[in-house]
Amino acid sequence: MVLKTFKLGGVHPPENKISAAKSIEILAIPARVSIPVSQVLGAPSTPIVKKGDMVKVGQLIAKGEAFISANVHSSVSGKVLKIDDVLDSSGYRKSSVVIDVDGDEWMDGIDTSEEIIRDISSLQQADIIEKIKAAGIVGLGGATFPSHVKLMVPKGKVAEVLIINGVECEPYLTADHRLMLEKGEQLLIGIQILMKGLGVDRAIIGIENNKADAIDHLNNLTANYPGVSVQPLKVQYPQGGEKQLIKACINREVPSGKLPIEVGAVVNNVGTAFAVYEAIQKNKPLIERIVTVTGKSLTETANFMVRIGTPISDLIEKVGGLPEDTGKVISGGPMMGKALNSVDAAVVKGTSGILIINNTEAKRSQAVNCIRCGKCTTVCPMGLEPFYLSQVAKMENFDAAEKNRIMDCIECGSCMFICPSYRPLLDYIRLGKSKVGKIMRSRQN
Amino acid sequence: MNDIILYAVVSLGAIGVIAAIILFFVAQKFKVIEDPRIDEVEEVLPAANCGGCGFAGCRNFAEEIVKAGNMEGFNCPVGGADLMTDVGKVLGLEAELKDPEIAVLRCNGSCENSPQKAQYDGVQSCFVANALFSGEGGCAFGCLGCGDCVEACDFDAMYMDKETGLPVVKENCIACGACVKACPRDILELRKRNKKERRIFVSCVNKEKGGPAKKNCSVACIGCGKCQKVCKFDAITIENNLAYIDPIACKLCRKCAPECPTNAIWEVNFPPKKERPVVEVKTDAATKSADVTTEKVAPQKIEKTENDIAVKESPDLKETNDNKENTES
Repeated sequence: MVLKTFKLGGVHPPENKISAAKSIEILAIPARVSIPVSQVLGAPSTPIVKKGDMVKVGQLIAKGEAFISANVHSSVSGKVLKIDDVLDSSGYRKSSVVIDVDGDEWMDGIDTSEEIIRDISSLQQADIIEKIKAAGIVGLGGATFPSHVKLMVPKGKVAEVLIINGVECEPYLTADHRLMLEKGEQLLIGIQILMKGLGVDRAIIGIENNKADAIDHLNNLTANYPGVSVQPLKVQYPQGGEKQLIKACINREVPSGKLPIEVGAVVNNVGTAFAVYEAIQKNKPLIERIVTVTGKSLTETANFMVRIGTPISDLIEKVGGLPEDTGKVISGGPMMGKALNSVDAAVVKGTSGILIINNTEAKRSQAVNCIRCGKCTTVCPMGLEPFYLSQVAKMENFDAAEKNRIMDCIECGSCMFICPSYRPLLDYIRLGKSKVGKIMRSRQN
Repeated sequence: MNDIILYAVVSLGAIGVIAAIILFFVAQKFKVIEDPRIDEVEEVLPAANCGGCGFAGCRNFAEEIVKAGNMEGFNCPVGGADLMTDVGKVLGLEAELKDPEIAVLRCNGSCENSPQKAQYDGVQSCFVANALFSGEGGCAFGCLGCGDCVEACDFDAMYMDKETGLPVVKENCIACGACVKACPRDILELRKRNKKERRIFVSCVNKEKGGPAKKNCSVACIGCGKCQKVCKFDAITIENNLAYIDPIACKLCRKCAPECPTNAIWEVNFPPKKERPVVEVKTDAATKSADVTTEKVAPQKIEKTENDIAVKESPDLKETNDNKENTES
C-alpha cells in the first residue's frame, strides 16, 4: 500500500526519536514560576493580579481582551512576588507574573482525578467555544494561535472536516507521540468535543508511519468514536505544517495567502485536543503541557508533564544537567526550534521540547557560493524558490520578494537543511518576510 | 543592380525626411518646459545620490528646491554649508546654513564592558540578529555588532573595530543618515559636530532599570539622574531610566561627565582635565609617569586657547563633590 503524503517538496532528516519509549513523567512543582502574560500569537493579555495576591492553581491571572488573544492562568498556588519584565528564551524582557509556590491548592470546581468523563451529549456549540476561550487554550503545536478563533468559522465558509495533527514531523520530539499512546481515550473525547464545537461529523487524525504503536492504539479506540478515523502518513518533513497536512489527508490545496477553512478544513494539534478535553470535561484551564527533553549527549531523556512557567533549567537538571559538550540548547525541534539565550527562561504554552545539541553539531558550516543546483526549490513544500527569495531579500528588493510569494514561506527550514553550500537561506527569507509584512500592513492602513 | 541601390537610397531617404518632419512637430507639441535652473543646481550638487537630504537622489533634490523657491528645510549634508551657499547663488537666494553634523554611536558595549554570554552564528545582519535574540552581551538595546551600519555607509566613513566589536564613525562622516536608518535598534544618532569636533553625549540607549542594565554592561546608563542635577542648561532629560543630552541645549560645560557613576557619558575630543593627570602622577609608579607627563603637556596648550572651558574647570569640581554628597544623603 502506498502511504499518503504531501506531493510538493519535503525532506527526510534523521528522526532521532530517542525519547520515544519514555513514558510521561510528572515534573515536581518548582519553588518559583514566572508566567509570561503574553503566550499567544496575537494581542498581549492584561495581568489582573497584583503583587502580594494569593493565587490558586487554575486561577485567571491575565485576561486576553482582544479577539486574537488568550487568557493566562496560574499554574501553581502561592503568592505573587512581582509583575515585572523577566528574560524570555530569546533574551528579551517580557512582562511576566512571578509566583512563589506555596503548596498545591487548586481552584474549586477543577476535577483533578484520573477518571475519564466520556459524556459530551449535554454540550452546546457556543458553550464549547466559550469554555475553550476561558481556559486560554492555544495551538500547542508551537504556533500558539488561539484555539477558539479557529472554531469560529467565518461567514460564507463551511467547515467540512477536522484534521488532528499527530504527525510530529520534527526530529527528536516525542511529546505528541507519548500523548497519543498514554492519553488516547481523553484525546478522542477532546476530538469529539472539537467536532461538536466546529459542527462537523468527520475528523481525521494524521499520524506518521514511524509511530506505528500510536496508529494501532488509536485505531483500536476509534471503533467507539464514530466519525473519527486514523490516517497513517509517509514520514516526510514538514508534514506537520497545516497546509501540508491538509494536502496529505484530504488531497486539497489551500490557496496562497488563504486560511485552511477556504478548503473546508480546520487543523488542530493532538496536544490541543487533549487540552480541550481537560478544559471542558475536567474544568481545568491550560496550565501544564508535555515537554520532551532530549539530546544525543544526554545520559537520560524524558517526556515531562510540566507546569507552565517552570524554569527550563529545572527540566535539564532532572535529566542530569547540561552535558559538558553542550553547544546549543534549543526550544522546539532542530528544524524549526529556536536556540535559547539562557536556560533560566520559563516553559511557555508553545514549548514542545528542549533539545540539547553538542558542540560539533551546533556549529553552522561556513557558507559558500550558491552552485545553482536547485535543491532548495525541489524540497520547498510551498513551491517557492528559496535561493531567489533570500537573494532579493538580502538586496532589499521587497517588491520582487512579494511577487514571488515570500509570505507563503512556512519557515520549515528544508531549504537550509538540504543546501550543499550551507547558505543561510531562511535567515534572509525571514528578514524579507518581516519587511514585506510591514509594507503590506502599511498599505492596508 | 544600380537600380536597386537607387531605390533603396531614395525610399529610405524619403522615410527619413517624413519621420523627421513628424518628430519635429511632435517635439513641438509635447515640449516639456523645464526650469533651466534645475540643471544648474544639479551641476553644483555632488552627484552622490546618497539620499541624505531626504530626496531620491541629487536630481530630485534640485527639482524640489527649484520648485519650492526657498531653501527652508533643504540641506545637502555631503556638501555642507559651502555647497548650500553655491546653490543659493544659482537660485539667487540666501542659504539657510545648518550646523554640520556627524553620526554618533550611543553604545559602548564592547567585548570588555559587556562580556559575551551567548554566541550568534547566524547571518551577519543586525536586522536578522535583532529578531532572534537580545545580543551576545545580553543587552536588548545595545549594538549587535553585525555591521549593518557599516554596510549602509556609502562614504567609507565607518568601520568595525575588531577589538571592541563596535562600529566606529570616522571624521569624514557627512551625516547622510543612512546608518541611522540601517540600525534596527536606533543606536546611531546625528549630532552637532560643534567647535573643534567636541561632543558630549550619553553612550547608551538601555531603557532598563539600573540593576538589570548594569548586569549586562558595566558602562550602561542606569538613569540615576546625577547628570541631570548638575546640568545648568536643562539639556539633560531622563526618560525610561535613560539620560539624553540635547545637543542644541548642551553648552559643553563638561560638568555631567565626571558625575556619571558608570562612565556612560562620553566627552569626545576634549583635552584631558587638569586635575586627573596630576593625581595619577602622584599615586602611580614611576614607570608610568613618563607617559602621563607627555600627555599633560600637549593638552595644556589647547586649554589656554579655549579659555572659557579651562576657567570653569576648578570651581566645578567642588560643586560636583557637594552634589555627590547631597544625592547620597
